Amino acid sequence: MAETDAPVGTAAAPEPESPPSAAERAAPASARSADFGIDTTARTTAEALRGYVVNLRNGELGSLPALLGLLALFILFTVLDSGGTFPSLLNLANLLQQGAGQTIIAMGLVFVLLTGEIDLAAGTASGLAAAVMALHLVSGGNLLGAMGTPVFLMFAAVVLVAVVLALLLRIWAGAVVSALGLVLLLVGFPPNPWLEMLLAVCVGVVIGCLTGFLVAKAGMPSFVVTLALFIAWQGVILQLIGDGGTLGLRDPVINAVANGNLSTLGSWLLFVVAAGGYAAVLLNRQASRRRLGLVAQPTGLVLLKIGAVVVLAAVATYLLTLDRSPGQVAIAGVPYVVPIVLVLLVAGTYVLDRTRFGRHVYAVGGNREAARRAGINVVRIRAAVFVISAAFAAVGAIVYSSKVGSVSPSAGGGNTLLFAVGAAVIGGTSLFGGRGRISNAVIGGAVLATVNNGLGLLGQPASVVFLVNGVVLLMAAGVDVLSRRRSAVAGR
Amino acid sequence: MSDPILQLRGVNKSFGAVQVLHDVDFTVRAGEVTALVGDNGAGKSTLVKCVAGIHPIDSGEVLFEGRPVTLNAPTDAAHLGIEVVYQDLALADNLDIVQNMFLGRERGRSWLLDEADMEQAARRTLASLSVRTVTSVRMPVAALSGGQRQTVAIAKAVLWDSKVVLLDEPTAALGVAQTRQVLDLIRRLAEQGLAVVLISHNMADVFEVSDRIATLYLGRMVAQVPTKDVTQTQAVELITSGRSGELGLQRPETVTV
Repeated sequence: MAETDAPVGTAAAPEPESPPSAAERAAPASARSADFGIDTTARTTAEALRGYVVNLRNGELGSLPALLGLLALFILFTVLDSGGTFPSLLNLANLLQQGAGQTIIAMGLVFVLLTGEIDLAAGTASGLAAAVMALHLVSGGNLLGAMGTPVFLMFAAVVLVAVVLALLLRIWAGAVVSALGLVLLLVGFPPNPWLEMLLAVCVGVVIGCLTGFLVAKAGMPSFVVTLALFIAWQGVILQLIGDGGTLGLRDPVINAVANGNLSTLGSWLLFVVAAGGYAAVLLNRQASRRRLGLVAQPTGLVLLKIGAVVVLAAVATYLLTLDRSPGQVAIAGVPYVVPIVLVLLVAGTYVLDRTRFGRHVYAVGGNREAARRAGINVVRIRAAVFVISAAFAAVGAIVYSSKVGSVSPSAGGGNTLLFAVGAAVIGGTSLFGGRGRISNAVIGGAVLATVNNGLGLLGQPASVVFLVNGVVLLMAAGVDVLSRRRSAVAGR
Repeated sequence: MSDPILQLRGVNKSFGAVQVLHDVDFTVRAGEVTALVGDNGAGKSTLVKCVAGIHPIDSGEVLFEGRPVTLNAPTDAAHLGIEVVYQDLALADNLDIVQNMFLGRERGRSWLLDEADMEQAARRTLASLSVRTVTSVRMPVAALSGGQRQTVAIAKAVLWDSKVVLLDEPTAALGVAQTRQVLDLIRRLAEQGLAVVLISHNMADVFEVSDRIATLYLGRMVAQVPTKDVTQTQAVELITSGRSGELGLQRPETVTV
């Protein structure tokens, strides 16, 4: 159907060249008047803000509780930490680097949670990806020797199976990346940090293809499948690294991922690209919606939003480009993890909001049967989210291994996964599927990283840290339940 | 009388050991409202799902515009222009009206959907259906009332320039005014040359809008007659006992059910 440039009031009259649908023909001409209260009136900034407050009262909270919580935590720790370590630039930059790994895993998990499934294996899958990467580095590129022939052959066979499964599921990207992993594995390459990180991502995708097949095609409950794989991957990691061993990551590039910083110029370039891109996207959408006569937010409000983001980003960039080192060697610049998380955030949000795939992910999570009847390949979507989750987990593994500087047999075990799930939920992602955004995981990840960092600086024992983390998660779930009850009362 | 647009001949369907449809013949004509009636468990919903491609038929023939077709997936039916509005609505609560109406057939490239185009088209269609109760097409479906959801579901079905629209109990959960609106809409669709199949338990609705009544009894098509040739009493007899005077099944003892 051709686009019409008609103003809102006459949008209902079809352009001559646009073939009217059956319903449009069926309606008497007199009934063809658009009558959508909100859609046809341009709102002022004040009205838009009032509408936002009404939505809040009706329980449409989104990420607001998490953001307020984050603010409260910052104030709390700044006041409590008499030594002044918490609010120091060094610590804040460190906080970003500490939280990034889990946050990235949480971002991948959002895809799975959106379809109403759970990926309990994301943690140990990330550990496995990190272990393969570290093993390759430590063994000087000789994976065959480091694994032993039988293990290596089995590993290669599993990768091959994943390629086949991805093809069966029609997840072409998954098949290509898995095949790339197989080539890297069989051809071999001398130690090279970039190729090793690529291999880690390939391993993640391979794991995702296996999980996705078992859940979506074989129809096993995701809870059981990923619980089994959670345990199994731990075994594989142990087999690869060996009892009590630890693989050190002595490579400048891999170390820099979580510990390095952009140069001052690079930091400001990042600011220009990120803030400029944000402004461009918002302004472009505003302009095109106005041109097409669709309801747009008040321009003043959009400008206000852009201004706030630009100012905040500029202040943060400025502070991070100051020397924050307590010693002689200067430490300055935006940590590399910031652009890494930003790129994943933008890419993930774009995929979910603007592509057909993303729309179908939400549809499958909202009403699987409706999605099936709409002709969506539900099996493919459900499998694909596990591939994405595992790939994100592998990236997260690279970041957290880089932070620690080594990979141990317990990598990705323990709390890694549960913290990632917690991060997604604290940010406002529903465990029942259909509701959530990638940015939720980033905000939730920031909350958990702040709690752990702040309590650590206050010298609290692990017992307290765990307890507080648990309480924070409970509070997030409580807010979710309360807001949902509120929206039920509001007739939603 | 126009040529049949959709014809089922000798369709059988079983779920495991239970045979739900026995040799069903069913004819749908363009420009007419065909009411499909029958008691609970008579096989109405199954018949609709067979036509929609959700349940493949076991045996029998489906002809669309005179040509035999196979309906193995919802997309097969959609390609032919057959749209179904389900009793349970089949809308995703978390998506808004526009997203639901275009679900599975989004406009734009698959890597960049054309939201503006979809939003305008959805608004045009809803406006043409005289939907005045919805304030914004960007409202999530979860926020709509039952009648509004029904309208969205019907609008979704007719947005596609479809030829056959099957409505499964469209008025079951609606109030008086909203039922009125939906019935008017059904009549308008038929007047514009669409073939409409209306499944309903409400005899008043059926006699008000339908041109033809098809009655299923225990999985068998017992009669398909013009609405004006039967009375409500006869229709109810057909539904409950499978026959009424000369209509319907022959003497019960000659039939093995």
